[in-house]
Amino acid sequence: MNDQKALLQYTLRLADDGLILGHRLSEWCGHGPILEQDIALTNTALDHLGRARSLYQYAAALFNTLPEADKATFFTSVSLQKEVSEGTAIDEDDLAYLRDGWDYRNVLLVERPNEDWAYTVARSFFYDAFNSLFFKELAKSNDESLAAIAEKSLKEVTYHLRWSSEWCVRLGDGTDESHARMQQAINELWAYTGELFTMNDADAAVAAQGIGMDLAALRPQWKELVALVFDEATMAMPADAWMHTGGKDGRHTEYLGYILAELQFVQRAYPGMEW
Amino acid sequence: MAQQTTNKNEWPLWEVFIRSKAGLDHKHAGSLHAADAEMAIENARDVYTRRMEGVSIWVVESTNIHASDPGDAESLYDPANDKIYRHPTFYNLPDAVKYM
Repeated sequence: MNDQKALLQYTLRLADDGLILGHRLSEWCGHGPILEQDIALTNTALDHLGRARSLYQYAAALFNTLPEADKATFFTSVSLQKEVSEGTAIDEDDLAYLRDGWDYRNVLLVERPNEDWAYTVARSFFYDAFNSLFFKELAKSNDESLAAIAEKSLKEVTYHLRWSSEWCVRLGDGTDESHARMQQAINELWAYTGELFTMNDADAAVAAQGIGMDLAALRPQWKELVALVFDEATMAMPADAWMHTGGKDGRHTEYLGYILAELQFVQRAYPGMEW
Repeated sequence: MAQQTTNKNEWPLWEVFIRSKAGLDHKHAGSLHAADAEMAIENARDVYTRRMEGVSIWVVESTNIHASDPGDAESLYDPANDKIYRHPTFYNLPDAVKYM
């Protein structure tokens, strides 16, 4: 994989993480347990979406400057390839709406369903804790665009982590029922946290260029951060066992298909429609 | 205790005061529900400062606010109506005082 293709894939993954988690959180809109938390989650969803947009714009610019031969083979989604083969420059919307599941690179964690408040909190907490470390490093990236996006994201991520940490403690150190349900959510989602720290080809290539980083090296810090909150929340840290992977390489759980069906339907049925 | 006056299944109500920029007063922005002060501040951040309305937030549990009785309005405020000498505009300034 050459450098630009690796950077493109890396950028796309960061964007996909934001879009998919943002979509998941937006599913709470109008269904939150209380008006104020409904608004809090919608705000957070918009933060993730906003970051995804910046990253998709950058990814589209990277794609449009690839050699023609690379453009023809980079994606295998039919609708997107049709645009590319017609010689059209692609944009952020094409990347979000015209890629099929296998061209999505998000980690599996973010596509896990909301289930209940405890699952939603646990999923966000694991991801926010990772983001708080990841974007701090990415802000030092050699790539100016990614560094700038990371810098802006850090403030948002700090608040996200504060929100999800506090809910983790509230539920964990709450009633018997909230304690049990929070622990269950943590236990079940734990197996999806390993993928955050795996290095695929794109990760290795951008790390070698000083654009990315050694993700595995973030894990001890992440575990410390998680342990600190778990301690206050009276939650037990699950033992490290087998971890799910695949999302970064386009192999997803069945949930992504349903998310994309809902997210992409209008643009697929009425191409180019605006409102 | 505040909880006694609140429905057991509901979080207590909080009044939110926002300072729009440094140097200005905190102004009453509205109210919201939250389990405790920490959550009230965060909820206020999400509900009332999404469009850059503020730089500082105060929250007060609504039960801690003691208000005057609207029925007492006449005895409380009307006596001030005919005391125009309490306003600086009542007094004539001597010509010697400039720029006041």
